[in-house]
Amino acid sequence: MAEAEFSTLVEVSLRVNGERVSRRVEARRHLIDFLRLDLGLTGSHAGCEHGVCGACTVRVDGEIVRGCLTLAAQLDGADVWTIEGLSDTGEVRDLQQAFVARNALQCGYCTPGMLATCADLLERSPAPSRAEIREHISGNYCRCTGYEAIIDAVETVAAARRAATGQVAIGQATIGETAE
Amino acid sequence: MRAFSYSRAESVADALKGVVGHGETKVVAGGTNLLDLMKADVMRPTRLVDITRLPLNRIEETAEGGLRLGALVTNADTAHDERVRSRYPMLSRAILAGASAQLRNMATNGGNLLQRTRCYYFYDTGTPCNKREPGSGCGAIGGVNRIHAILGASEHCIATHPSDMCVALAALAAEIRVTGPRGERTIPFEAFHRLPGDAPQIDTNLAPDEIVTAIDLPARGFAAHSTYLKVRDRQSYAFALVSVAAALEIEDGKVTAARLALGGVAHKPWRDQAAEEALVGRPADAGSFAVAAEAVLRDARGFGHNDFKIDLARRAILRALQDAAASETP
Ligand SMILES: Cc1cc2nc3c(=O)[nH]c(=O)nc-3n(C[C@H](O)[C@H](O)[C@H](O)COP(=O)(O)OP(=O)(O)OC[C@H]3O[C@@H](n4cnc5c(N)ncnc54)[C@H](O)[C@@H]3O)c2cc1C
Ligand code: SF4
Ligand code: FES
Ligand code: FES
Repeated sequence: MAEAEFSTLVEVSLRVNGERVSRRVEARRHLIDFLRLDLGLTGSHAGCEHGVCGACTVRVDGEIVRGCLTLAAQLDGADVWTIEGLSDTGEVRDLQQAFVARNALQCGYCTPGMLATCADLLERSPAPSRAEIREHISGNYCRCTGYEAIIDAVETVAAARRAATGQVAIGQATIGETAE
Repeated sequence: MRAFSYSRAESVADALKGVVGHGETKVVAGGTNLLDLMKADVMRPTRLVDITRLPLNRIEETAEGGLRLGALVTNADTAHDERVRSRYPMLSRAILAGASAQLRNMATNGGNLLQRTRCYYFYDTGTPCNKREPGSGCGAIGGVNRIHAILGASEHCIATHPSDMCVALAALAAEIRVTGPRGERTIPFEAFHRLPGDAPQIDTNLAPDEIVTAIDLPARGFAAHSTYLKVRDRQSYAFALVSVAAALEIEDGKVTAARLALGGVAHKPWRDQAAEEALVGRPADAGSFAVAAEAVLRDARGFGHNDFKIDLARRAILRALQDAAASETP
């Protein structure tokens, strides 16, 4: 796009769950709506739409962000991962299983965002304390479970991953990297 | 959200070209405050210049022995930077006390400085607010004002500045580097944000056609004796009711230098240099700290729901100074 030129429609080319996507989007299109409405990836949820609840959490260039406060237009060249991609690659399979086993979800509305946030924590901190887990998920509201079960699930997975040697950790890093 | 047109700036010159002479143009960085306010219809720019590609995303040493924090470095990367953590632990702590992991990954240093108040009436377009609509009145005076200012307020606005990072920057006496059509200039931190006076619609002394390029931290980081204490309604993920950045240099039990700034109490991060000076030469103990707290709050006044903040601030100052005196290099 030419510099200092303004337009209401913007061309973007990015990767979503490993696949190249090129679209012309309205400048005001938020990432969460781009994913859900334009790409049909409805796993990420829109809750408050004001950056508060975390239901829209997705991974952009290796970092978790708020899909509701990011413009799709800003993401030309970005590498985006949603719960669909994180599920397909198996990256969060153990977390998903632990969430089920521990009853860490009821309605499930917060779960895709919660899983992305928990995966992010475990990538950075393989042995988090309960306080650390609580702090890291503080930007993800869950109106059903009361959080204790979620913290239990994350603790379980952290312990299991530590026990299962370094292999899982290597797989994690590869998936988290920016495709370039 | 209203429609707008968008431009992606590739250079600082580009960004300035986009901004100059257009009152309805705003730059967007992380978007976490601007897009939120646009959704709430509080801010209505017709054009956005995306500055996220500008080469202002580095943390560098300065010739003076300090650090230059690029305007586009994220709050997360700043807080986790090893140099910031070891030399300016108070700043790192303040940033990590704010928002959530996802928001800190998006929020930039420049955007954090320019984030706007969380006053409920400012957000509610159905109520009067001099900041949103000059001359319409202030909904918070005589309204619900639990989160509002106790220092430096005016009859036109009693809002507070919501940032945590800025409170530490005030205590560190950082400098803001800006650039615009009239060239570059440096603004001392204390002169960056404004008190509301009779023009609460203007938050800062940054001109509308200027952009922030960096924040300079002076060499002195008070790493041995400093802290950031944030008091809020819950333990995590809430804005400060009152916060305190406290930093000391201590020799033989006596204070040789002091820095004291408060958040959540005024329209700008509230640094009190008179109280700092009064601490110098005194023993680093609770008696001296209590005197400092009294000095900071001498002119404080509440507006009803926020009266509790005066006592809360007094206790928070005392505790923060005590923690700072006790703290060691992390
Ligand atoms: C739910 C929630 C909770 C939060 N909690 C906290 C908290 O506890 N503590 C706290 O301190 N903050 C908190 N924040 C606020 C957050 O820190 C700010 O929104 C963020 O720092 C803004 O940075 P940004 O890059 O996203 O700015 P943007 O939203 O992109 O921009 C904000 C403003 O700055 C201007 N701007 C941005 N960069 C520049 C530049 N380089 N030069 C000139 N102008 C510029 C924009 O034009 C705009 O007016 C919270 C936010 C949310 C949504
Ligand atoms: S305190 Fe300031 S921001 Fe809040 S309603 Fe009054 S004028 Fe508006
Ligand atoms: S929908 Fe994005 S934080 Fe709630
Ligand atoms: S399971 Fe219902 S909101 Fe979390």
